[in-house]
Amino acid sequence: MAEVLLEGQHLTKHYPVTQGLLQRIIGWVRAVDDVSFKIESGKTLSLVGESGAGKTTTANMLFLLERLTSGTILFKGKDLREFTSSQLKKEYRPSVQSVQQNPWSSMNPRMRVRNIIAEPLVVNNRQSKKQIRQRVLELLEQVGLRPEHAERYPHEFSGGQRQRIAVARALALNPSLVVLDEPVSALDVSIRAQIMNLLKDLQMKHNLSYLVIAHNLATVRYMSHSVAIMYLGQIVEYGQAEELFERPLHPYTKALISASLLTLPEDEEGQAEQIILTGEMPSPLNPPAGCRFHTRCSEARDICSKIEPELVPVGTQLVKCHHCSGL
Amino acid sequence: MSETLLKVEDLCSVFLTRQGVVKAVDGVSFHVKERETFGIVGESGCGKTVTGLSILRLLPEPAGRIVGGKIILGGINIMELSKKEMRAFRGKMISMILQDPMTSLNPVYTIGDQIAESIRLHQDIPNSGVQDEVISALKLLKIPAPEMRLGDYPFQLSGGMRQRVVGAIAMSCHPRLLIADEPTTALDATIQAQYIHLFKDVQKTTGVSIIFITHDFGVIANMCHRVAVMYAGKIVETARTRELFNAPVHPYTRALIDSVPRLDRKDDRLFSIEGQPPSLRNLPPGCRFYPRCSERMEVCGEQPPEVKIGDEHYVSCWKVSK
Repeated sequence: MAEVLLEGQHLTKHYPVTQGLLQRIIGWVRAVDDVSFKIESGKTLSLVGESGAGKTTTANMLFLLERLTSGTILFKGKDLREFTSSQLKKEYRPSVQSVQQNPWSSMNPRMRVRNIIAEPLVVNNRQSKKQIRQRVLELLEQVGLRPEHAERYPHEFSGGQRQRIAVARALALNPSLVVLDEPVSALDVSIRAQIMNLLKDLQMKHNLSYLVIAHNLATVRYMSHSVAIMYLGQIVEYGQAEELFERPLHPYTKALISASLLTLPEDEEGQAEQIILTGEMPSPLNPPAGCRFHTRCSEARDICSKIEPELVPVGTQLVKCHHCSGL
Repeated sequence: MSETLLKVEDLCSVFLTRQGVVKAVDGVSFHVKERETFGIVGESGCGKTVTGLSILRLLPEPAGRIVGGKIILGGINIMELSKKEMRAFRGKMISMILQDPMTSLNPVYTIGDQIAESIRLHQDIPNSGVQDEVISALKLLKIPAPEMRLGDYPFQLSGGMRQRVVGAIAMSCHPRLLIADEPTTALDATIQAQYIHLFKDVQKTTGVSIIFITHDFGVIANMCHRVAVMYAGKIVETARTRELFNAPVHPYTRALIDSVPRLDRKDDRLFSIEGQPPSLRNLPPGCRFYPRCSERMEVCGEQPPEVKIGDEHYVSCWKVSK
């Protein structure tokens, strides 16, 4: 086991829903509910789920963009609440960087690429202009761009190249963790492979940890070492990527995998029936009692609507399901 | 699956811009049979949407126009129809589903009104019968409790339900050809699977032919009988879906399939195509893929002919014609 870089323990984020002149609180949106995970150094953890599952809120909590309702974030074994604000600024924030989904909106169109990549350096360090210029050229080379690209504006680049610029900017401060929020879903198919390979190469070279947020399971399998499947703000299955994809246990994971598998038309008879879930994800404002997935689960029994299952180890994975834990 | 419903021959569509003529679709030919789902797959800017809009003759004028070719639907060359005749033709014969249901539905009308609109326009039905037609369209798309839904506005529905309403509008006049342009791209994985399953059912019930435009090979595999792969305005390969996946011939098709990670196996390293698709304003001479092709030859500077290499399998590549 590699060293744990960042650990989230029982992370919870509830947003109040208010009504009326006095902003009376009438309910809570339970966006993220008791989510725990570990990110090892040099490894990739993926958070997978459909929209509204709480993936992005979880990432925003790591960036300290959301105040935790409850829970603890440990960075290199140390509780973030013990960091003073200058320690946070000097030690934590530069180490956790992000690459956003859409390279068309994550960059200021009026800045040259040189300034876009240099911005984190300017904000965080007291390096000389010469050092910064040198570092920018170095970063451009690392992501496969040429030095002359530094003087251009973002609109002069294609989507794949822009995503490379975004990666260069994220690497500027030598972070130890990069959060990749749907890093390739806005790109064309033939460009996706280029960016995924680049990200893997950079991970090897700099011993980077990644937290990948994605909904495309095939991308996730290619990129990750471990995977957490999220549904309605909770992790329903968590384990090593290989085992989880080879032997999915939770009915939701099975349905997700089935929905993403290639089934060729003439193959249909011979293959296992594709699992088609009925209905849609319920509202996090009023999640179902018991197991949150029971309203769409084909194997739901009485107990599922009454008692919420625990996330317990089954084989090599952690699973939140009454069926799998053998009840 | 037998008779040909739609035949597109040598279709050329261009956009006139200040910087010059953009050949968005350049000499595309294919056919779609009755009760068939025909997929068009390609990256952004390869001309798949423009092909779809050309068949409907809905290119944004005056910039976009069809400059050549024939489009024959049910025995009628729709290029020769007047604008008025074409208006009658749409809806009844062809209809279209767009990618984002949030932008294709009008937010200030109820979904009942929006479905009724196309029925009133295209079908000769007395006012009293319109509502029944609306309900049967909603039922076809398996929208639960359709009678209750008529008065709902689009914002009250989820993404998947909205896309079903768009499907209900498209199917409300019983068209023979449905053009679906990335209908599942905006949907979540499990909802996407539902939608594809639903459309297979709709096709079984109504016998409609579907042209399915997408960039997602997974959707193609699950949905389509035959597929055309487009690159920079041209079709490079057409084949039955199974054959295309099991024995792709054109280097672009192969590279594209290899560069998509698979869920059912662990890849150590993905194949990636170097470079980017060419700009349509400044196309390379000859085969459009050759600057990125790993198997290019000298002859690739000339346009390769389309060669039949198997039953319903056509390829444009010099490697095959040699």
